[in-house]
Amino acid sequence: MAPMIRREHDAERALGEQFSAFRPGDASASRRQEAFTLFAEAGLPTRRIESWHYTDLRGLVREALPPAPEPDAETVAQARERLQAHEVPGAARIVVLDGSFRPELSDLSALPAGVTVRSVLDALATGDLDADLAAAQKLGAPESMLALNAAFLQGGAMVEVAEGARIDTPVELVLLLSGRAPAATYDRSFVKLGRGAALTLVERHAALGGAKSLTATVVVAAIGDGAALEHLVRVDGLGPQALHLGTTLVRIGAEAKFESTTLVATGGVTRRQSYLEFVGENSTSHLYGVSLLDGRAHADTTLIVTHTAAHCESRELFKHILDGEATGIYQGRVVVAPGAQKTDGKMLSKCIFLGEGANMYNKPELEIFADDVVCGHGATVGALDEDQLFYLRARGIPLREAQALLLEAFAAEAVDTVSVDAVKDEMVARVGQWLRQHGR
Amino acid sequence: MLEVRNLHVEVDGQKILRGLDLTVRPGEVAAIMGPNGSGKSTLSYVIAGREDYEVTAGEVLLDGENVLEMDPEVRAAKGLFLAFQYPVEIPGVATMTFLKASVNAQRKARGEAELSTPDFMRHVKQGAEKLEVNPDMLKRPLNVGFSGGEKKRMEILQMALLEPRYGLLDETDSGLDIDALRIVSNGVNALRAANRGFLVITHYQRLLDYIKPDVVHIMSKGRIIKSGDASLALELEKNGYRDYVADAA
Repeated sequence: MAPMIRREHDAERALGEQFSAFRPGDASASRRQEAFTLFAEAGLPTRRIESWHYTDLRGLVREALPPAPEPDAETVAQARERLQAHEVPGAARIVVLDGSFRPELSDLSALPAGVTVRSVLDALATGDLDADLAAAQKLGAPESMLALNAAFLQGGAMVEVAEGARIDTPVELVLLLSGRAPAATYDRSFVKLGRGAALTLVERHAALGGAKSLTATVVVAAIGDGAALEHLVRVDGLGPQALHLGTTLVRIGAEAKFESTTLVATGGVTRRQSYLEFVGENSTSHLYGVSLLDGRAHADTTLIVTHTAAHCESRELFKHILDGEATGIYQGRVVVAPGAQKTDGKMLSKCIFLGEGANMYNKPELEIFADDVVCGHGATVGALDEDQLFYLRARGIPLREAQALLLEAFAAEAVDTVSVDAVKDEMVARVGQWLRQHGR
Repeated sequence: MLEVRNLHVEVDGQKILRGLDLTVRPGEVAAIMGPNGSGKSTLSYVIAGREDYEVTAGEVLLDGENVLEMDPEVRAAKGLFLAFQYPVEIPGVATMTFLKASVNAQRKARGEAELSTPDFMRHVKQGAEKLEVNPDMLKRPLNVGFSGGEKKRMEILQMALLEPRYGLLDETDSGLDIDALRIVSNGVNALRAANRGFLVITHYQRLLDYIKPDVVHIMSKGRIIKSGDASLALELEKNGYRDYVADAA
């Protein structure tokens, strides 16, 4: 077969030029070159790639934004101020500003024994990647944007939890964009949970300014046997000029647990994609989330869960609230490998439209190669219930408040399992706040 | 005074109310009886402000002010309360959260200070005891999984907390056993006051043994066709609606 001829896109060409000029000054030049070659061969994902059908990056990325420079003192000061306003009480905090790990903004004093945090660039430069993390990282191998992230990698954190260490203190991973000039950021963090360990990671993405941005952000997690990782993600207030591509790659051992809850409330284009693989038996995962979209916001949730081992359970529950001309996308794929008997996999996506101009695309897929499994999916779309609204209003509750109560209740189911009360309350309250803010 | 004047209402082009006139005075309990399909529930929904009804003529006046252009929440804050025939289930909203939101929304609309949480809780607890509402119910999502009797008691509890000027009871007796009927009726009777009126809509006379009306109206085909005192209800119970329905036809 003749090789496919692809016309090079302006942004792809410009990314090539940027890469040639990119001198990160670390010992990873050959690895970066290898990654960039992978990206250059595949190019930006287009609608011809099925999983990118609704989020065509070739169409969306018109120019290659330059990698964000090292933040100046003023930006660091602004970030410090912003960080004071938002915190999870008692949490340890890792801060990544414009793609780079910033120890001076981070607060690791609350870190209990059993957890270590290092700069990911240092960790990668000084040793080979842990075998489980390396395997987890391979889950996203077909993604050209992950290759681009590896080529331009600016920073991130390496978080390791020792065998048996069950950490009560949540660890925050705050990823801030300065947003002062158009820029791209490429960060990647690794989370390794030893056998029997437990950790709650609170990942937050926010921006200080509204300049055009491309964010390729990655979290790679390896959950050891009997370990439990709770991953709470909030992507909020990035503004209409933001293109946010967040990938989570998780490898789950035996009798382990992975629970993730994501809140997306932002303008621009967002894609949150997760690749999970069960490699040991009797494990569970859930991927829950809420998206609040208005204006021309576009949010794509893509989940690929692979059951390689038998006797595992996966649950997906996403609630989407759409207004204006927003677009919501939910793509869930559950793959059950031969031999992964007794797999229990369920996907559910529910959407409420507040206006008439929004669009929701649901695409559940099941690929089952074992014969003794229980898998299913469901999707609903609708408006707020008129009977419920009338009942609340007839008791004196004004329309906007009645809508907020019903939407908070709608969203609450998807954030119900969050173990950190401050984060859970904030996520629920964000729904009502969002409704009041965007003012329909 | 609550006055309904020459009210004409259509649903999907079908005439439901055809020139209905009715007055409820402060301190008065007025009962409306009538066969199924006579428009009783439509009347209560239109007074409360439900949107699916088209008012083609007439007025509903609360102390001389026409409420028909007001949003339902505004009518509620002005003192109209509808006890629903079928209280709506609201999953995910705890009953206590809802009660607090409604009491404080009305207080706010009237320019009164919101109640503090301890004051509010005390208030609710007292009301719940009288209506034999289990405190556990207050923690559950509103009306979800409540029995028919529990739902109706919850409606009356809301009425007690909101202290309306006029309470509209839409077939509050439907689905109640005799004990629940007594509890609910006692709850309503406890709220009877010189400055508060009630419009009790019912299909059966039975409820009126417990909530004694001052005046009874018979409704058929969208109008009041006969009014009288409590003895009219007893007469209806004996002879049925047949005579009246035939008259109006």
